[in-house]
Amino acid sequence: MLRFLARRVALTIPVLLGVATLVFSLIHLIPGDPAQAMLGESASPQDVAELRARLGLDRPLVEQYGRFLSGAARGDLGRSLRTNQPVTAAILERMPATFELAAAAMLVAVAFAIPLGIAAAVWRGTAVDHGATTLSLLGISIPNFWLGPLLAIIFSIELGWLPVSGRGTWAHLVLPAVSLGAALAAILARMTRATVLEELREQYITAARARGASKARAVVRHAFRNSLIPVITLIGLQFGAVLTGAVITETIFAWPGIGRLLIQSIGFRDYPLVQGCILLIAVTYVAMNLLTDLMYGLVDPRIRYE
Amino acid sequence: MSKVGAAIVLIAVVAALFGPLAARVDPAAQDLSKRLDGPSATHWFGLDELGRDIFSRVLAGARISLMVGIVVVSISSFIGTLLGSIAGYLGGAIDEGISRVIDILLAFPGLLLAIALVAVLGPSLTNVVLALSLIGWVGYARLVRGQVLRAREFEFVQAARAVGATIPRILTKHVIPTALPAVTVQATLGMGGAILAEAALSFLGLGVQPPTPSWGTMLNGGRTHLLDAPHLTIFPGLAIAFLVLGFNFLGDGLRDALDPVTRPRQ
Repeated sequence: MLRFLARRVALTIPVLLGVATLVFSLIHLIPGDPAQAMLGESASPQDVAELRARLGLDRPLVEQYGRFLSGAARGDLGRSLRTNQPVTAAILERMPATFELAAAAMLVAVAFAIPLGIAAAVWRGTAVDHGATTLSLLGISIPNFWLGPLLAIIFSIELGWLPVSGRGTWAHLVLPAVSLGAALAAILARMTRATVLEELREQYITAARARGASKARAVVRHAFRNSLIPVITLIGLQFGAVLTGAVITETIFAWPGIGRLLIQSIGFRDYPLVQGCILLIAVTYVAMNLLTDLMYGLVDPRIRYE
Repeated sequence: MSKVGAAIVLIAVVAALFGPLAARVDPAAQDLSKRLDGPSATHWFGLDELGRDIFSRVLAGARISLMVGIVVVSISSFIGTLLGSIAGYLGGAIDEGISRVIDILLAFPGLLLAIALVAVLGPSLTNVVLALSLIGWVGYARLVRGQVLRAREFEFVQAARAVGATIPRILTKHVIPTALPAVTVQATLGMGGAILAEAALSFLGLGVQPPTPSWGTMLNGGRTHLLDAPHLTIFPGLAIAFLVLGFNFLGDGLRDALDPVTRPRQ
């Protein structure tokens, strides 16, 4: 098990280095002079030179790269151009809101998807199955940047049940979580249906039924429990999609998280903050994937010996 | 299901090709006196914040969405198939190099890298296509690499190698064709993905810029009028969901038809 852990963690290091390199390169992809682009065309040459020096853009590329990597490793990602606040502090301030939203969205997705997927598998080929499949495809096809405003029109504007934007009470969380969780719910329901169907064909289900287990018991206690491993893996792997979706959902519902910070920073051309947000989301995604892999190895010994 | 998908896609293609010609109103024509008017017999989907006909703009937006989808999927599938087949067939250091690049790009969740690229390159349709293609090829490369690893061991491929066929010939004539069914399915689903991604970027103000009628840009414009004119949000969103659903139906149907495991028994 230790060898498996060490190998998996070691494989992540080059990926993290690649991610950091790509994020570092972003600023150099800006057409023309990055400092000029950040300050705008009307900025004086003196201001541009000052910013260039402040960001270290006047240093050789290798030195800039080295500084970026060592800074990132220490959690120092520079300062925001607009507020002069350290980038790390700005991100940490917004992180709880994003994680709260992501967790709520995943909860909503699981609560809807698992019963729907199981029902579709158990009643395969019936109206329930067709309904669930169509609902899942709709969930994948409806963009969250449309579902969000649509939910706001119905539940906030027409019915007045829920607040339209902001963060505070649980009521503020409902619409953003549902609009962010819908696509994940759709993917999860399809996966649950497929894996439960596969398990239902196994001999141990026939054996359980032969021993007198009811159909419900055979499904819930046996088939579903065994189909949980790929479902949990999918939930872990979809965390990145939820984080990216949060960029859009937070913008729609004025949710004060990292996604909204990213879009606002892009608008202000605050590139150190843009780099910081992108790096944090990507690193969180890599970490979640690693965690999912490790969990998978933990519960399924076959993975460890591959 | 795939027939429904094909019908939806066909309707969208016809709308994109002939819709702007058939539309009775110029999508750019403004009538400020009627701004935000709701749907009526003359303006089926109503008018937007500048008094432009939303129906005409949705039709014109179909052209942008399909164009982005086709260009992004063509570039991504070409690059992905090429690099994936080279990596899978040659193996060794080349495979290692390509696979590491794939790993790094896959470490960024979907749209995030596109947002980052468009943020630095500047918002425009060209940059959206560039950004989506730059991240899009990875999925195809991984898929094709896996298929090629399997195809490399087929007897007809070994026979071609034995009679002295060159690597480009083996790849194009024998190996890549075995991966094409899977690539076709991925490309169909990828069309929906690219259309959604373009709309998302435009919605965030990072894609197609006004006054060009893109569905995402129209949704972005509708955000400030959720209270007084929800039709600005409803119709472009319906168009996106309808077209993406069409490609998802079609992709799912194609996968079932091409995959013997999921194909229903006769």
